[in-house]
Amino acid sequence: MSAPPDPRRDWLSLMARSAPERLAEVLPDLPAHALLRAPETGTVMVQGRVSATGAPFNLGEMTVTRCAIRLDCGTVGHGHVQGRSHAHARRAAVVDALMQTDEAPRLTPLLEGLRTTAQAARDLRAAKAAATRVEFFTLQRGEDA
Amino acid sequence: MSALTGGFTDPAIQSAQGFRILMQAMAHPGTIHDLALAAPPAPLGRAAGTVLLLLADPTTPVHLAAPAPDLAEWLRFHAGCPLSDAETATLALGRWSDLQPLDRFPVGLPDYPDRSATLIVELDRLENDGPRLTGPGIKDHARLSLPETAAFRANHARAPMGLDFILTCGDQLACLPRSTIVEDC
Amino acid sequence: MYVAVKGGERAIDNAHAWLAEERRGDPDLPLMSVAQIRAQMTLAVNRVMAEGSLYDPDLAALAIRQARGDLIEAVFLIRAYRTTLPRLGASVPLDTGAMAVDRRVSATFKDLPGGQVLGPTFDYTHRLLDFAEAAAVDPAPLAQPDPAPLPHVTQILDRDGLIEPIAPDDSPAPDLTREPLELPACRALRLQALARGDEGFLLSLAYSTQRGYGRTHAFVGELRIGRVAVEMEIPELGFSIEIGEIELTECETVNQFKGSRLEPAQFTRGYGLVPGQSERKAIAMSLVDRALRWQELGEDFTGAPAQDAEFVLSHCDNIQATGFLEHIKLPHYVDFQAELELVRRLRADAHTALQEAAE
Repeated sequence: MSAPPDPRRDWLSLMARSAPERLAEVLPDLPAHALLRAPETGTVMVQGRVSATGAPFNLGEMTVTRCAIRLDCGTVGHGHVQGRSHAHARRAAVVDALMQTDEAPRLTPLLEGLRTTAQAARDLRAAKAAATRVEFFTLQRGEDA
Repeated sequence: MSALTGGFTDPAIQSAQGFRILMQAMAHPGTIHDLALAAPPAPLGRAAGTVLLLLADPTTPVHLAAPAPDLAEWLRFHAGCPLSDAETATLALGRWSDLQPLDRFPVGLPDYPDRSATLIVELDRLENDGPRLTGPGIKDHARLSLPETAAFRANHARAPMGLDFILTCGDQLACLPRSTIVEDC
Repeated sequence: MYVAVKGGERAIDNAHAWLAEERRGDPDLPLMSVAQIRAQMTLAVNRVMAEGSLYDPDLAALAIRQARGDLIEAVFLIRAYRTTLPRLGASVPLDTGAMAVDRRVSATFKDLPGGQVLGPTFDYTHRLLDFAEAAAVDPAPLAQPDPAPLPHVTQILDRDGLIEPIAPDDSPAPDLTREPLELPACRALRLQALARGDEGFLLSLAYSTQRGYGRTHAFVGELRIGRVAVEMEIPELGFSIEIGEIELTECETVNQFKGSRLEPAQFTRGYGLVPGQSERKAIAMSLVDRALRWQELGEDFTGAPAQDAEFVLSHCDNIQATGFLEHIKLPHYVDFQAELELVRRLRADAHTALQEAAE
């Protein structure tokens, strides 16, 4: 597929990975919009690779909810989020549309806040993992002496 | 813009309702049913568009017998199905002449006769007249305005393998599974 | 032969009402919330997600509560629910090399690049029941993470040609949830079946290989647990986005080598990948994967169960297994009447024959 045309890819990914409650907190009110595709929960087959780098294989599905909307100005937004929250998918789609309009500068700091929250959670986990980092030593065995 | 409109407004309910109508039609070959839950880009009829949304998904390769960029875009958004050549299609759509030759489409294997294509045929008219239909699901006999009979007879002769047909015209459809015996009259 | 049975509606309704009451237990105790199960019974939730083949912790937690903690019944609920959902597509194959690891250990190299990380493991616990377990626990200690990438251990062996290479391959993955399983099954299809297979079954099979039934001399080259972003190509966008993140356990085993006068000796590989934190299953999966590869690696079939793809793949799914097993408790009156009739007739014939012989 074509190279990622960030930053749209970036904000769509951020929407998907943000907790629905957190997103609702940051963006409580949504502007008027029409549903092009009503929020719909389905599954996505997650693929792994044989021995991590070989042929793809089907690992199992995950729940995903998607939605497509159109703002009054005609801008179309798509939302694809993990889980079964219709409100989350709809909000993600609205954000996607708004970020393509001149509302973007107003929203950008809010999205930065979400990004910071997500990064902090990740950093905390990494720090806990780092504290369990271990050095193993092999002891010299008697017969080798 | 038209690519993003005209899909199901309530997918779970409409899919179930539409599928039931399609199943009834397939169970009673030759009967004509109304099915217009989706609005595909012109010139495709609403019955054919609805059938596509009911049956096509990302694991269903669809062959469009004639180029239709608007329809391709519409399907990509509303059905998510890959577009394919005739040889690997599980669903095909087109006018009768565009779908020829029919021997391009998979007819299944003796062990898996279900691995065959279903052809959605857009017709200019669909009426209960013309060739005579008999077989499973038909009490006595039925009549349907088919474009020809030889192809359907040859298809029936392959049993258990073969193609199944959904004939559409505007908001209406009728089905002709491989089990139906078609005769000139 | 299957014959429909009618009747017992009232008794069935009453049985369901009693089931609901028993499930709830003592009404003076608070109802366990789905969030509690999700947070405190995480590994049960993970198992239900893996074997239910649907990654959704809230659904798995709900299923566990509804199934009264019977995990196979919970898996059954998840599998049934799954069939009601439309399939929106397939993800881009996961990049487990980019995993944010909670745990990463190797039994083959003590000084692997990126280091060994124990994570929240049961290993080294004393397996003593803790009668005083406190409701509040101290926060886990923190340390500065090392930002260095964590290459797969097998990459290190691969670089020196010491392990069988894995050729890049983008052939589409077969899907046993869409097409019935056919044998012989390619490795991708076998891995799908094992990933959703019963943990207990895989554990026993893997153990049998260790005890000599299809021995493959496995070392855990690397075991890692952590989170990986799931990416999907969105047709209407024309590019891929992250649609979420899932927890995974991955195990790569380094197994007995093969070689000949012409081919220098090389280690071989087994692979396990399981949704959630589930390392027993990931290790078992990689041992069974390796045992099933006897043919492509030019080994002998010794008749070991773990080498027999038909045996393993046909019996690893606990929902298929329990469905067929448990159905024999349901009414089979007509079948049994036929058998009863037959036995009576045989006995009568034998009796007559004996009498005739006596006369």
